[in-house]
Amino acid sequence: MELIDLTLIWIVILGFGVLMYVLMDGFDLGVGILFPFAPSNAARDDMMNSVAPVWDGNETWLILGGAGLLAAFPMVYAVFLPALYIGVFLLLAGLIFRGVAFEFRFKANRSRYIWDHAFNIGSTVAAFAQGAVVGAYIQGFQVEGFQYVGGPFDWLTPFTVMTGLGVVTGYALLGATWTILKTEGETQRWAWRITPWLIVGMLAFFLLVSVWTPLTNERVFERWFGNIEVLWIFPVATLAVCAWLYQAVRKRREGTPFVATMTLFVLFYIGLLISMWPYAVPPEHTFWDAASDPGSQLFLLLGFLFVIPFVLGYTAWTYWVFRGKVGNQQGYGH
Amino acid sequence: MELDPVLLSRIQFAFVVSFHAIFPVFTIGLAAFIAFLEGLLYRTGNPVYEELSRFWTKVFAVVFGMGVVSGIVMAFQFGTNWSVFSYSAANFLGPVLSYEVVTAFFLEAVFLGVLLFGRHRVPAGTHLFAAIMVAVGTFISSFWILSANSWMQTPAGVELRDGIFHMTSWLEAIFNPSFGLRFLHFAIAAFLTAGFVVLGISAWYLRHDKATASSRRALSMTVVLMAILAPTQLVVGDLHGLDTFKHQPEKVAAMEGIWETQEGAPLLLFAIPSQSAERNFLEIGIPKGASLILTHELDGEIRGLKEWAPEDRPHVATVFWSFRIMVGLGLLMIVFALAGVVQLVRGRLYESRRLLRIYTWMIPAPFIAVLAGWFVTEVGRQPWLVHGIMRVEEGITPSLTGGMALFTLIGFILVYSAVFVAGVYYLGRVMRAGPESFKAEDEDSGIAKRPLANVSTRLSEGDEPWGIPEGK
Repeated sequence: MELIDLTLIWIVILGFGVLMYVLMDGFDLGVGILFPFAPSNAARDDMMNSVAPVWDGNETWLILGGAGLLAAFPMVYAVFLPALYIGVFLLLAGLIFRGVAFEFRFKANRSRYIWDHAFNIGSTVAAFAQGAVVGAYIQGFQVEGFQYVGGPFDWLTPFTVMTGLGVVTGYALLGATWTILKTEGETQRWAWRITPWLIVGMLAFFLLVSVWTPLTNERVFERWFGNIEVLWIFPVATLAVCAWLYQAVRKRREGTPFVATMTLFVLFYIGLLISMWPYAVPPEHTFWDAASDPGSQLFLLLGFLFVIPFVLGYTAWTYWVFRGKVGNQQGYGH
Repeated sequence: MELDPVLLSRIQFAFVVSFHAIFPVFTIGLAAFIAFLEGLLYRTGNPVYEELSRFWTKVFAVVFGMGVVSGIVMAFQFGTNWSVFSYSAANFLGPVLSYEVVTAFFLEAVFLGVLLFGRHRVPAGTHLFAAIMVAVGTFISSFWILSANSWMQTPAGVELRDGIFHMTSWLEAIFNPSFGLRFLHFAIAAFLTAGFVVLGISAWYLRHDKATASSRRALSMTVVLMAILAPTQLVVGDLHGLDTFKHQPEKVAAMEGIWETQEGAPLLLFAIPSQSAERNFLEIGIPKGASLILTHELDGEIRGLKEWAPEDRPHVATVFWSFRIMVGLGLLMIVFALAGVVQLVRGRLYESRRLLRIYTWMIPAPFIAVLAGWFVTEVGRQPWLVHGIMRVEEGITPSLTGGMALFTLIGFILVYSAVFVAGVYYLGRVMRAGPESFKAEDEDSGIAKRPLANVSTRLSEGDEPWGIPEGK
């Protein structure tokens, strides 16, 4: 096993899994965040129908993240979840309400507004909680041995509130560009209109995070300013992608804004990994400290290498099956 | 008052698991039923099967939705409340749960989208394939989760060093001693659950002269299957009990309410076990019955609970009564499934109004039986988290306070209650609309004839500003 670093392979696999989750559930959570601002009930129906066939598969990547962490980096699992106890509860409660809203909303008459709220609030709370998790990861945890020993609200700081709101804004941008791609008419016109504002909001948070993170975390400060000759590329690339996105919106290209927004998320994600590397449980434990037995990593790896291509294959296939605009004819008619 | 995080976490876990369990146990069987109906539809083209499949798929979607959201909670609850246990057992539980996600959850979730929304977007054969994949996914999922649970009952293939379980054999751990029979017992329970729901609902339609053709078909198909599976379950359950007797004798002692080690132990039909007095009150039993069943000898020895220290015993009354409820309901299912087949053979099933009424009344029975069985096996495992190796209080999250555990316990109870009440309400609406509202031609023609005419997907534009209920 000396030739192959299993832990490194698992960082790549789980990193990929989490990125898949962020990109895929990101846009359907974003649709939920934007829900109350939609111009009409018909627009809301369109938005919900555009994600109805795929949201469940998207969310499964989150469960994969949880189970995968337990399998490959149990220390991360055993520290993060207790440390974020209340936040995890909010995330789960949010996901529960928005999840059942898909089924219940279209079966309700007078109570439909309840499930509109459930979908919106649930999505927003879940997105915020995910952003706060990222903030808490940057902040670090109080750990003794392999267990969290801090208090229940250590994670909740102005910094994590900011990262939480940042992710809400980012997901909303993903949701808006997805809506551009999948709808037409009134709904799409509205999505065209709000996207530039969301880009501005996104950039504001990017600026805020860029200033605040190195001030919060000394290690990040050293990493960023010790490698400034390489790392300047991130803000420049971010601005370039934003410009590309804005141009695409101005020229009314339907697919490009979604792709550009996903590119932004990939950039942020890589930026986060580079800033935090190699710490799995900051400020002390690296990914290698947090790893499970090599035997367990290998046992699961063999299965993953075989199964994940199939998962990706049939997932891609369903997106293909449900390609195109959400029309009036194909409603929630299952 | 000092709040005990261990007790509150146990209550929370029991609540979340119990709530969650009733959905998959139903959807596993129902998914197979839907795949079967889709298969018949594909072969015969008979619209009765499409009507049935559409109707039960609608029911499936609501129940599956509730199952999924409550299941997500469980993937994280190990870490939030039982982080020491999670960390200790991660080498085994992590890969097993991950395999469940990649081999089962993705299959269910992704192909469910095609099953629900894709009937006219993919060829008929592909739609059938999606239905089969959903069914296969639910089944694979139960394989992994029961392996994980079974391992906590009869751990194997691992050794504990410095508080961490290290793998010695994957095969022994996954196929641990009690896994096979436990899985079979559960799988049959899942089919019985779905089957008796289908029986009960079909019987209700027949009694009310709704969807007569499809309900007759569903009734006769299902009653035969139930008449085969319900007695089979009795045999499998008995074998599973013998297996438990071998590996977890204190659990069986609690199931039978036996305190003193004895030869020729009676089979108690009724008793009020007392944990503190270490005996039963008001015993009514069949002499030598328990020995006969468990050892297949009239004078076989059964170890009593007093062989274990008081703190190592499960809560006897809970296990004892849960077991009797499970067995009692199981026997009822056998009786009425066989009665149904007798009536079917006599050609009188559809007119047997009393039997049909009983079927409708029995809809809750399999759910209660499953939960009771779950209590037997889980409460019977106490005080162990991993039987014989790690006690429950050793697995708790160290940073967890009683207040936090209470907060999330109340939170989950509120959230789940709201979801459950709404889910049952909307299920009732689907049921009242009935299979006839899912006739084949409805869906293509757009909004007006959409299933459940009162549930049109689009409200007319602008008649309801967001956030204000209709009619106000």
